[in-house]
Amino acid sequence: MARVLVGVKRVIDYAVKIRVKPDKTGVVTEGVKHSMNPFDEIAVEEAVKMKEKKLASEIVAVSVGPTQSQEVIRTALAMGADRGIHVEVSGKDYDLLQPIHVSKIIAKLAQDEKADLVIVGKQAIDDDSNQTAQMTAALLDWPQGTFCSKVEKDGDSLMVTREIDGGLETIKCKTPAVLSADLRLNTPRYATLPNIMKAKKKPIKKVAPKDLGVDTSARIEILSVEDPPVREAGAIVPDVDTLIAKLKENGHVK
Amino acid sequence: MFSSNSRSIVRYSILRRLKSTLVVAEHNNEALNPVTQNAITAAKKIGGDVTVLVAGTKCGPASEAVAKVQGVSKVLVAESDAFNGFTAESLTPLVLAVQNQFKFTHILAGATAFGKNVLPRVAAKLDVSPISEIIDVKSEDTFVRTIYAGNAVLTFKSKDPVKVITIRGTNFEAAPTNGSAKIEQAPAGDYKTDLTQFVSQELTKSDRPELASAKVIISGGRGLKSGENFKLLYDLADKFGAAVGASRAAVDAGYVPNDLQIGQTGKIVAPELYIAVGISGAIQHLAGMKDSKTIVAINKDPEAPIFQIADYGLVADLFKAIPELTEKL
Repeated sequence: MARVLVGVKRVIDYAVKIRVKPDKTGVVTEGVKHSMNPFDEIAVEEAVKMKEKKLASEIVAVSVGPTQSQEVIRTALAMGADRGIHVEVSGKDYDLLQPIHVSKIIAKLAQDEKADLVIVGKQAIDDDSNQTAQMTAALLDWPQGTFCSKVEKDGDSLMVTREIDGGLETIKCKTPAVLSADLRLNTPRYATLPNIMKAKKKPIKKVAPKDLGVDTSARIEILSVEDPPVREAGAIVPDVDTLIAKLKENGHVK
Repeated sequence: MFSSNSRSIVRYSILRRLKSTLVVAEHNNEALNPVTQNAITAAKKIGGDVTVLVAGTKCGPASEAVAKVQGVSKVLVAESDAFNGFTAESLTPLVLAVQNQFKFTHILAGATAFGKNVLPRVAAKLDVSPISEIIDVKSEDTFVRTIYAGNAVLTFKSKDPVKVITIRGTNFEAAPTNGSAKIEQAPAGDYKTDLTQFVSQELTKSDRPELASAKVIISGGRGLKSGENFKLLYDLADKFGAAVGASRAAVDAGYVPNDLQIGQTGKIVAPELYIAVGISGAIQHLAGMKDSKTIVAINKDPEAPIFQIADYGLVADLFKAIPELTEKL
């Protein structure tokens, strides 16, 4: 029976229209609705399903970030994770925290907690990096099953179906392994009120990166964060004929 | 003051002299993926020598193709059964061996499923922070990428000694093919891995152009109502020689396979003409297509957000408008 470590990130809610700060140092996060990164919900769901199928014995939810990150750990606990670890990084350090730092933290925790499987989302919808699973696997020298749409146990290995550019591919990964969840892996469950109440009693351990021996010094310097170029407003055409005429005008139709 | 100044000048000139880029080629043992040519353009923008690594079970066609790309000074070939399925676990030690020998300042690949899978693993082994999906190169250490589903543009400086970068293909022209680089063997080694094993692939077959490189894309959303109705879009696509894409809603509803998905979590495209049919225009979809040159939206809901970025909008029932459009073209 395996212990599964799940990485969860607190991000600005996917439905929020973000605003760039006037001083171009970042985006406005104060007073903005945050929630669990959608891909991480899928990762948690997969871990909980494994536990329900008795493939996993314990699920540990890990989040790296400011105090509020504990909210997403609570969400994971309410979905079925057993306990949480909050690695606190805040302020300027958090602004410059990169997936490489998070990967080092997760890799160290995976060893300390004797995890057999690490599952994270394929990317966070704020920085859109898509790096953490790959780097965690590299640091542990474990195989990586990225962009998973199906995971099945096969003896000591996992059969992993991955979403690739031309379609799907299947690989066989030895365990321990690191997986990253793609959108179609599963549909995450909603936490029920009784489970939210129960989650309040589940333990969350708090640690600092330096307790884990991870150096979080900055790897990048942010020069600016700006709005993307705005597209000029277009025109509504009254009918198909006008549309065809416009396309001809622009050389799209001969 | 003077000495520290001159020292930094010396250091700067050494860096300039040694600037060199390794591009990890993407191919399928039969043909080069065109995104490699876009990556070579990005490498040229960084400056310095460009070396391309071709690894696979059969490297002949890709290495010959890449040797003809302008700006490539050398092609390194690693042909071995170890690279079956192009797994990150087998390619990473190869890239590290190549890096060990040649000490590149930059390592690049396209931001495709392949590049995104392999390069972060390489970066972690080099203890550097990888740089995902850049849209521009400002200088050898300063790059531009988008965050928050394309709703903010981040310009930043990398402090790492080696820059490991994936590039967004649609933001760099394909390098032309009138060069003649020399082809050499990559450093030999035992790259076989028992961590992972390629089992099988199930590719979506299509006669249409690839989404990533298509000049015209016709995309359908939830408004199509069924997979069968996508035929309307295929008929229209035939008139343009276009590729067909889809929104997440259409993929989740099972109308089309997921590799057609355009958006933040699917493919990023920037064709000459993008026709969005029955797509409302959620943030996540716009992230994948808003750099298209001309955007046409056909939707019966005049309030749909897609109309805010469309150059031409037609408020109409797609089941009437699309057949009419197909017929009149």
